[in-house]
Amino acid sequence: MLGFILRRLLWMVPTLFIISIISFIIIQLPPGDYLASYIARLESLGSDVDQATIDNLRIRYGLNDPIIVQYFKWLSDIVFHGNFGYSFEWRLPVSQLILERLPMTFLVATASLLFAWSVALPIGIFSAVKQYSFADYTFTVIGFLGLAIPNFMLALIFLYVSNRYFGLSVGGLFSPAYIDAAWSFDRVLDLLSHLWIPVVIIGTAGTAGLIRITRANVLDELGKPYVETARAKGLHPMLLILKYPVRIALNPFISSIGFILPGMISGEVIVSIVLNLPTTGPLLYSALLSQDTYLAGAFVLMLAVLTVAGVLLSDILLAWLDPRIRLS
Amino acid sequence: MTGEIIVSTGSAPTGQPVESPLRMMWYKFRAHRLAVWSLWIILGLYFMAIFANFIAPFDPATRTGFPHSPPSWPTVIVDGAFHWPPVVYGVTQELDRETFTRVYTVDTTQRFPVRLFVSGDRQSWFGLFASDRHLIGVEKGGAFFLMGTDSLGRDVFSRVIHGSRISLSIGLVGVAISLVLGVILGGISGYFGGAVDLAVQRLIEIIQCFPAIPLWMALAAALPHDWSTVQVYFGITVILSLVGWTDLARVVRGRFLSLREEDFVVAARLAGASEARIIGKHLLPNFASHIIASVTLSIPAMILAETALSFLGIGLTPPALSWGVLLQAAQNISTLAIAPWLLLPGGMVIITVLAFNFLGDGLRDAADPFARERFS
Repeated sequence: MLGFILRRLLWMVPTLFIISIISFIIIQLPPGDYLASYIARLESLGSDVDQATIDNLRIRYGLNDPIIVQYFKWLSDIVFHGNFGYSFEWRLPVSQLILERLPMTFLVATASLLFAWSVALPIGIFSAVKQYSFADYTFTVIGFLGLAIPNFMLALIFLYVSNRYFGLSVGGLFSPAYIDAAWSFDRVLDLLSHLWIPVVIIGTAGTAGLIRITRANVLDELGKPYVETARAKGLHPMLLILKYPVRIALNPFISSIGFILPGMISGEVIVSIVLNLPTTGPLLYSALLSQDTYLAGAFVLMLAVLTVAGVLLSDILLAWLDPRIRLS
Repeated sequence: MTGEIIVSTGSAPTGQPVESPLRMMWYKFRAHRLAVWSLWIILGLYFMAIFANFIAPFDPATRTGFPHSPPSWPTVIVDGAFHWPPVVYGVTQELDRETFTRVYTVDTTQRFPVRLFVSGDRQSWFGLFASDRHLIGVEKGGAFFLMGTDSLGRDVFSRVIHGSRISLSIGLVGVAISLVLGVILGGISGYFGGAVDLAVQRLIEIIQCFPAIPLWMALAAALPHDWSTVQVYFGITVILSLVGWTDLARVVRGRFLSLREEDFVVAARLAGASEARIIGKHLLPNFASHIIASVTLSIPAMILAETALSFLGIGLTPPALSWGVLLQAAQNISTLAIAPWLLLPGGMVIITVLAFNFLGDGLRDAADPFARERFS
């Protein structure tokens, strides 16, 4: 088991390396460097920027170095000093902004994943056991709808319905009174009362896929001879299903985290822009619009790292559940 | 012996027609009713996109003078009796002095009969000729808005029909680029195996665990602002394809690996067929069906992605017209509260994505004509 985890951790190194390259490309992509847009902004505010200051800044940020040198400088700053650069828009270190927002994104994405799981597992089992029943078709249709409705549209519909019929303004993760309050039991309760809306919206899209996976796996197992034997032996049908086919069908269910999680993070980003949640989405969005490249690049980097870590966790979980994987 | 190997040309047993893989796929596909319907719906949607000028009642840029008018549908019951042709009632608009919103009241004395082939806005057909005929509509001044109007009084229904040109084609163009990338990289990976295979597989894994939306957002936001609509359009499709090729590459590689060892491939190789001939004549026809299925299933993801990017305002922007651009108008709750019908373009997205999903499912089931019935 330890060997498996070590192997997987080693595999992460090239992955993280490529992720960092992609993020750096994102920082470099916009025409001109960020200093140029910074100076343009300063000038638009009416302050004069003389050439000496500009040259000094260029040297300080290493903008005259070859691109490879810039990349390794940027990377080593992050790895060794936790320094992600500076956000010109917010006039704050990027790391501070990210630390504020990233945990909330992780919270919403994880909660959405748990929601999708807890909905999909019973429905998937039920659909398999009662194959071709009315309920099975109904769930299939709902699942397909969840897949086809864009996340942001579901969020808009939520906004409209709650505004029109309940007179509520949904959005945000806290009531105004709790936004800047210190953590307390009441604040957690307040968070939970807001959290379910984005969680349901984001979770719905993933649920459809998970239901189909569970249903297919349980169906495969149900047709096997050992199930028939157990049934002939007189094992209680409910116990039989839960004890054997479901347990085996759980493995692919867990390995599916690998492709569900990136979708959840993606969904979180776009839904939180619509619902204006204090997560990475809105900040990444505004950073992209104002070409605050270091902030945007750092967000993309951290979201990808988060996802990779989540996938790694699911792999370890799977290896722990299924000895065939850790031994091969 | 001269060492010559005599190989039977292996002609098909006479008397029995031999069906090509694609034909067998088609036979099986026809049995999947939902998929066949979806195919018709999709063909209808593309037909609509091509003949948008004729089908849409208005020019998408025409300001009808009825801003934020709710949908007004024609009726066949007039004064309690059946009436043909159907009519739309006229509307009068007033400004509510307290809320500063427009209030529309239906005026049942004003009647506009709905007719086929009416003359309306004059539009150019791909720059070839111009026509003012529209499939359906009312005389000028009638409020014939099936999906309401936007803040400038433009007919949302007409804009949805014209928007389908970009929304529906971006999926096709994007998938075409993905397909080229996927077939090349997947083919190389599956054909050579070894270290090349490992490298390509790792790359695919890394790309697939990247959260796509933030990446797309970052790349799309970096497109130069002075690009023309056409340039942005292709820029967006390339960005979407950079992520989209991975699934296709996996399918191609998997099929390559499983077919490489098949008897008929070994036989062809022993018979002295060149690699190019083996790939082109024996391998490609055999996995064409799988590729068609995978391609169909990856189109909806492209459509959804374009819609999401344009909705956020970092994909296509007006005057370009796509379903995502139209949904941008519904971005905030204050507009949505006044004009909820601005969400209707999203309905087209849902219908299209559902149809492509069902079609792809049917094609996937049909792709393996020899597989036993499997319900999943």
